[in-house]
Amino acid sequence: MSARENILARIGKARGSSITADVDGEIRRHQRGPIPPLAGDLVKRFGERAASLASDVVQARTITEVPGLVARYLSERQLPRQGVCWPALAPYGWHSAGIELETRAARGDDLVGVTGAFAGIAETGTLMLLSGPETPATVSLLPETHVAVLESSRIVATMEQAWDRLRVERGALPRAVNFVSGPSRTADIEQTVTLGAHGPYRVLIIIVG
Amino acid sequence: MEVTAMHFRRKATEKLNDANLQQALKKLQSRFVDSRATALAELPNFTEIRDAAADIRERAVGHLDSYLLRFEREATARGAVVHWAEDIEDANRLVVEIARRHGVRKVVKSKSMVTEECGLNDYLASVGVEVLETDLGEYILQLAHEPPSHIVAPVVHKSKEEIADLFEEKHRRPRNTQITEMCREAREVLRPGFLSADMGISGANFIIAETGSVLIVTNEGNGRLTTTLPRVHVAITGIEKVVPTLEDASTLLRLLPRSATGQSITNYVSVLTGTRGKDDPDGPEHFHIILLDNGRSRLLGTELQPMLRCIRCGACMNHCPVYQNIGGHAYGWVYPGPMGSVLTPAFVGLENAIDLPNASTFCGECAVVCPVKIPLPDLMRHLRRRQVERHLRPWSERAALRLWSWAAQHPAVYALFTRAAARLLHRLGGKKKSLRYLPGASGWTKGRDMPTPSGRTFRELYQARRAS
Repeated sequence: MSARENILARIGKARGSSITADVDGEIRRHQRGPIPPLAGDLVKRFGERAASLASDVVQARTITEVPGLVARYLSERQLPRQGVCWPALAPYGWHSAGIELETRAARGDDLVGVTGAFAGIAETGTLMLLSGPETPATVSLLPETHVAVLESSRIVATMEQAWDRLRVERGALPRAVNFVSGPSRTADIEQTVTLGAHGPYRVLIIIVG
Repeated sequence: MEVTAMHFRRKATEKLNDANLQQALKKLQSRFVDSRATALAELPNFTEIRDAAADIRERAVGHLDSYLLRFEREATARGAVVHWAEDIEDANRLVVEIARRHGVRKVVKSKSMVTEECGLNDYLASVGVEVLETDLGEYILQLAHEPPSHIVAPVVHKSKEEIADLFEEKHRRPRNTQITEMCREAREVLRPGFLSADMGISGANFIIAETGSVLIVTNEGNGRLTTTLPRVHVAITGIEKVVPTLEDASTLLRLLPRSATGQSITNYVSVLTGTRGKDDPDGPEHFHIILLDNGRSRLLGTELQPMLRCIRCGACMNHCPVYQNIGGHAYGWVYPGPMGSVLTPAFVGLENAIDLPNASTFCGECAVVCPVKIPLPDLMRHLRRRQVERHLRPWSERAALRLWSWAAQHPAVYALFTRAAARLLHRLGGKKKSLRYLPGASGWTKGRDMPTPSGRTFRELYQARRAS
């Protein structure tokens, strides 16, 4: 017998009955667990929680303001102004704001990565990013600075609501769903929290609208 | 990983006398205990969420075969290859086969306790595959050739000075003791490893039956790099890690990081499903998932079944007064603390871990803090009973218990013995009415004096009172 058959046989024998659970039916119901109460405005809560996890959060009225805000953020911190971005964000006047962005997946030496976000989760101040042909996962990962442009209409209360939205808008999961909550960090050396481990050192979230 | 749990007593004594370790362990309190309490206080309905979390895990474990089959079907439909491994030999062999099939020479790894069970790094090295650990803590341990001492903070036993020495020697760069600079140095040294690796190996915090996905929580980003950049991704996980739906995973995620490090959520939560799409610019082309049994299915239907609910947060060890004083290495295998006191005997044999179920004061804190309500003291008590039933305890202890049992069944003998003992101890106590040293219990009197009896036994006092 194969390992698979042996393992399944042992599990079945331990339970003392054949497979009875209607797991497909149960899964289809997508029953939610208890949700913590979230008081107040979702956008405000998202911003506060994201900031508490060391993301930098700014507001923009329209998408056209975004390049200028990013340029100011980079120059205030004396950061390089070249990087990569998702194709959907390419047409918004980066060049005239003094930023040079290429539209492609990121490489190991890219310093700034600009992405959108499928959703923002107010409960924890978390960005939800989906991988795909137009939304490479490396752009939010390899560069030292990650800029995420998030439409305020895409901020939901909980991860559960984000899953529902994903099922409605996309049907299936992409290869990678990445939830991002601030810059990468480690506390492995003497339990001292240090920002910027293997991923970005800083995350700028621009909430549009 | 080699099992050294039979040396628990000797190693625990060594660890108690290790000044560096004792200094390092002091930081556990604020980093893990206090921050967990603060993070859970954010959830007004914590009790309800905890009940739901325990229920999700119990359901999954109760119908493990159904959920695993669904998982396998969904993962396969998305292009992943699901393998089943009976034991660590199977798992190691599978990894090497996959590596050979895809012409892999270099591997990057993110932290995985299951691969520690397998001793995978040594095995891969022995067949000529280069492995690089990329979690900062695990990387430091790989440089130092040491096993982890904590499942979340593997290098908690080392000071920054020790790590600085290690970096200086291995990186051949000037010695640096600034923690931020040390982290940058590790990043710079490891980045080329990620970019040039052919294969990434990860564990899984959960696997999701609904979608066939592997869910990984990390803070450093090394987990994302490991599962995004190399052309082959292998995820190795225990069969018990399955949960039914994305909603169930969301419920558990409210408790896992809070219980582990006191974070409301980890920096990254990645849900990985299938291989790179046709037009995707990044992501692995091949995705292999290894489901490892290694003793897990044998716990089903036994008193130890609740242990399979474990989500490996480490709260039980962080709150254990024994772990807090000796750290993780003394436990002699992958999982330290109360979880290890149950898992190690269950996986490697009670006879090879005889002291672990006894390495507990039974204060019960581990059960109080467990996010999935595992009754750890009950499970340890069960293992203690099994030790006695299987005559695994030392002969001196068994002889003493037999003698006590015989005396307790002969009241006259018992009375005679207790009277003699009470008189003797009273006389030895003298005016101070205490003893600084008691033969046979010198460990106990090392830290405190023993108050001596008044000289008369309870029975004598009782009889005297009845007579008056």
